Amino acid sequence: MDAALALIVGKYNYWIYIVLMMIGLYAVVVKKNLIKKIIGMNILQTAIILFYVSIGAKKGATIPIIAHAHNGGGEHVIHAAEYINPLPHVLMLTAIVVAVATLGVALALSIKVYKQYGTLEEDEIYEKIRES
Amino acid sequence: MKAIAMVAVVLCGGLLIYGSLDFPDWGDPNSPASTHLSPYFIENAIPDTSVPNIVTAVLADYRGYDTMFETAVIFSAGIACLLLLRMFTPNAPDSRLYRHTPTGVTIRIEQGGKLPENTQEFQRIDLSWVPYDVIVNTGCRLMVPFIQLFALYVIAHGHHSPGGGFQGGVIYGAAVILFAVSKDLRSAIEQVGEKMTAYLSSAGVLIYAGTGLLCLFLGGEYLNYSALAGLLGVDPIAARSHGILIVEVGVGLAVMAVMVSLYYILSSDGKLDEGL
Amino acid sequence: MIWEFEFIILFLVVVCGIGALAVKDLLGASILFGGYSFMMCLLWAIMGAVDVAFTEASVGAGVSTVLFVAAVFRTSRRTKD
Repeated sequence: MDAALALIVGKYNYWIYIVLMMIGLYAVVVKKNLIKKIIGMNILQTAIILFYVSIGAKKGATIPIIAHAHNGGGEHVIHAAEYINPLPHVLMLTAIVVAVATLGVALALSIKVYKQYGTLEEDEIYEKIRES
Repeated sequence: MKAIAMVAVVLCGGLLIYGSLDFPDWGDPNSPASTHLSPYFIENAIPDTSVPNIVTAVLADYRGYDTMFETAVIFSAGIACLLLLRMFTPNAPDSRLYRHTPTGVTIRIEQGGKLPENTQEFQRIDLSWVPYDVIVNTGCRLMVPFIQLFALYVIAHGHHSPGGGFQGGVIYGAAVILFAVSKDLRSAIEQVGEKMTAYLSSAGVLIYAGTGLLCLFLGGEYLNYSALAGLLGVDPIAARSHGILIVEVGVGLAVMAVMVSLYYILSSDGKLDEGL
Repeated sequence: MIWEFEFIILFLVVVCGIGALAVKDLLGASILFGGYSFMMCLLWAIMGAVDVAFTEASVGAGVSTVLFVAAVFRTSRRTKD
């Protein structure tokens, strides 16, 4: 029981991030409206980014900006354990940029589909394709 | 269909949770992600580049190649939206709506009709028109210059505080979008036109790639900013700091132009005459 | 940080996410999505990832919501599921 409680306290963050990812994935597969699919895709992307950024957290460390860098005369010794790991932040900045670019193109595609078929629901679009 | 999807999603989630049992605890300083390369970045950012914001230093200097292609991705997303939706109608659109200001009467002029030239009495309105609201218009007009100034501050101060090129570019684009939402899409297009966004986005990518080429011509490797030391007249460490600033400006320009262009195209269905 | 804060914000994130997918009005869904983005930004600020939080605040809760509203304005607003 103690071991299970220690496991839950140590890992419950990861489990909630995985639940968020699965909510997004379920929405992309199941939802019939195109805009809801795009929202699900964005939820999946931001949940993955959250998961990655949480890997770099360190207990008791400060943000990755080195304070008093150019003030003060002497040289400070910088310990790596005092600062949060900056590598996941860098990679995830690019991921957020790519997410917004994909969002723009996806919305443009959905407007184009609406102009062609007059609806945004997937089953109605399939029927119209089958008729024509 | 829903049952199959639910089963697949639960299976995937269960496998991921089973895999997470092996992870290091949350907030562990000795986890493998924090022990191999990142101590080198944390301890050597200031001696190598003299930039206190480690994330900016890694993004624009140590991994500058990735950021250049990220700028190219944003640029190609802008081009893709342009190619998908933009309709260049050379003549006048189908029907325009004009409102006679003294009496409040709205007239509709079909294609081929004569447009009223007296702009004092007739103002052109959109299909979804709301009356002029003093509070909204004046408030937004007062705020837009300060938002733009803050965006420039974020780009320039990215070395010492959170920020950088991408965040400043998005904030600048958001200021232009605020002007377009509060007033009118046509008046925003008069200020920042379509050609200007095309030129600015290309100029942003060109600045980034051009800085890399300049370093190549000056004797270093591609995107090695310490080769700019002779051109700028400073020592190589400060040259890396200035090189980071130049590429951040490039990224900011490209991002701003693409955000504005995306909004113009998405909100007016490609025709650029009416908007939100 | 204080783990109660983080727990409440995580709970709000999941609620906003499920809400954005469940409402039938697409304009409400995009506003809820803006709220979800803002809660994510708060989470990252708590974890110390200030650059990522800044970017998500400007991109997710700013430009992304406006793009969604513009697209919903140009297509239909109601949906059946």
